[in-house]
Amino acid sequence: MTNEATLRVENLQTHFDTKAGTVRAVDGVSFDVRQGQILGLVGESGSGKSVTGFSIMGLVDPPGRIAGGRVLFQGRDIAKMGEEELRQLRGNRIAMIFQDPMMTLNPVLKVETQMIEAVQAHGNVDRKTAWTRARDALGQVGIPSPEERLNSYPHQFSGGMRQRVAIAIALLNKPDLIVADEPTTALDVTIQGQILYEVQKLARETRTALIWITHDLSVVASLADEICVMYAGRIVERGSVDQVLDAPAHPYTAGLIGSVPSRNVKGTKLVQIPGVMPSMLNLPSGCAFRLRCTHADATCEASAPPASGDARQVRCFHPLTAVA
Amino acid sequence: MSVFIIRRLSQSALVLLIMSLLVFFGVFAIGDPIEIFIAADADQAERERAIAALGLDKPIWLQYFYFLANALGGDLGRSFVFNIPAIDLILLRLPATLELAFCAVFLSVAFGIPLGMYAGYRPDSRAAKTIMATSIAGFSLPTFWVGLMMILVFAVELGWLPASGRGELGTFLGIQSSLFTLNGLAHLALPALNLALFNISLVIRLTRAGMRENMPMDYVKFARAKGLTQRRVVFVHVMKNIMIPVVTVIGLEIGQVIAFAVVTETIFAWPGMGKLIIDSINNLDRPVIVAYLLIIVLMFIVINLVVDVLYSVLDPRVRLSDTGK
Repeated sequence: MTNEATLRVENLQTHFDTKAGTVRAVDGVSFDVRQGQILGLVGESGSGKSVTGFSIMGLVDPPGRIAGGRVLFQGRDIAKMGEEELRQLRGNRIAMIFQDPMMTLNPVLKVETQMIEAVQAHGNVDRKTAWTRARDALGQVGIPSPEERLNSYPHQFSGGMRQRVAIAIALLNKPDLIVADEPTTALDVTIQGQILYEVQKLARETRTALIWITHDLSVVASLADEICVMYAGRIVERGSVDQVLDAPAHPYTAGLIGSVPSRNVKGTKLVQIPGVMPSMLNLPSGCAFRLRCTHADATCEASAPPASGDARQVRCFHPLTAVA
Repeated sequence: MSVFIIRRLSQSALVLLIMSLLVFFGVFAIGDPIEIFIAADADQAERERAIAALGLDKPIWLQYFYFLANALGGDLGRSFVFNIPAIDLILLRLPATLELAFCAVFLSVAFGIPLGMYAGYRPDSRAAKTIMATSIAGFSLPTFWVGLMMILVFAVELGWLPASGRGELGTFLGIQSSLFTLNGLAHLALPALNLALFNISLVIRLTRAGMRENMPMDYVKFARAKGLTQRRVVFVHVMKNIMIPVVTVIGLEIGQVIAFAVVTETIFAWPGMGKLIIDSINNLDRPVIVAYLLIIVLMFIVINLVVDVLYSVLDPRVRLSDTGK
């Protein structure tokens, strides 16, 4: 076991060429995740967090493309891999869990089929062995009577159960990295809690690196070791959960924390971040957040703030707390 | 499932009954066959005899009643023209039409699904655009014109294929068909393609639409995220989802192609049912018209039943409802 990062993303640029111009959905994102570590990737809709996830999977479809940077998985650059090489990694060493469990499983194939094929795609495993592994994986994520459930179709499962199936599929080949793209957003709060607990437990037990993409700060607060806050395709703040949540340095992070309802005293007005996320085709000059920021001045308009620091990072000319 | 099928069959009996009423009375409204059969100079006594011999002297409701009673025994009346049972006459012509129809449907599946899938998979490629442009032609050009052009090009100018008739028949497993001889296949090629052209285009467009609709879906991305090969994603995951609407249309096509092969059969002088029904209408051969229409209705009922059952096989979310709700 080395200290080497499982995944190291360096200055990732994922662009979408549209008729209206190039959208820099991900614009210079860098972070890394180690074995057994949980990284929370937080941001609003359209901040580029999901595209970051798909870039790691090598699943960016045209008109999107990885325009620059490196995605080093165990030292190998995913951005430069061919389709077959990528396919062998996907679902094998890197797995992904999607947002909406109602949409991710194929409605016309049995759960059994969808699990066995995932095993057989990555090794010469006979059907019976693959079936046994599928059954064990279902049991592992807390699905009662897995033998029977394997023979069911997705529509015979509830939303929470389907997400468990999706997680079981992700776990089938004991991946080194799981990218979870808002996997609890579409679920009831109670189910959300159960899923969070299961995933955290599994990631710790198997020492799998986990990237948890979400817009919900309260979810990462209880789950992640480290947080990256994304805004308009960039990471604006990065640090350990305690650092970021207790002493946010970027005004955007502070705004996000302020708008979580449970943190406010009953009866007081909920703090909002003024304005809306700017269009990715038409970002303001300098700092992308400046039009919504109460601290913005002429410096912010002139140029984009560089990232300061290393493990604890912020992209702001006027950080709220000093960052080493 | 079995309850579902029994229910459907009893509903079908009702549909047949209503159809027989409509057809029987409808055919009576379009003209008097006696005027056609009887020589113009026949005297009154001969007329009366002929009318009585065909059973046309009875009131129409009684004629219908007799017809119904006989029909339950499998007798749909005798052809006025050929004086043999109408049903025998139709069954004699049925194999030729069936063989033409199934070839046409086979062609529409064999060409339509792969071409449609490709056109949907690479919608911006030149090949896809060519496929789609051609399918518009197949859609909009009238069958009779395409048929005539085919004869002109392949039979008259190039002389590759015969233009009319069914050719030699071969026998295989007791079935006589032109599918089993080379000469028969050559005769079959042009009419089958002519009849299939519209359906190929239909299947292409439907398959392409399904492909375009399914490819961006989350389940496809998830399947790829599992590390499945693109081949498996397309041919197992996507194809099974696309097949649901395609099967419906193919089912309807079979019925349609059998019932309306008239134009193609006329152009290529194919001795099938379509030609028979046209001749029968011209001669006001009532029993043949009635029998033909009832057989077509029966065929549609059976095809729809099969399609419904296939539905539940393809899409596990479809439950064939036993309660009829």
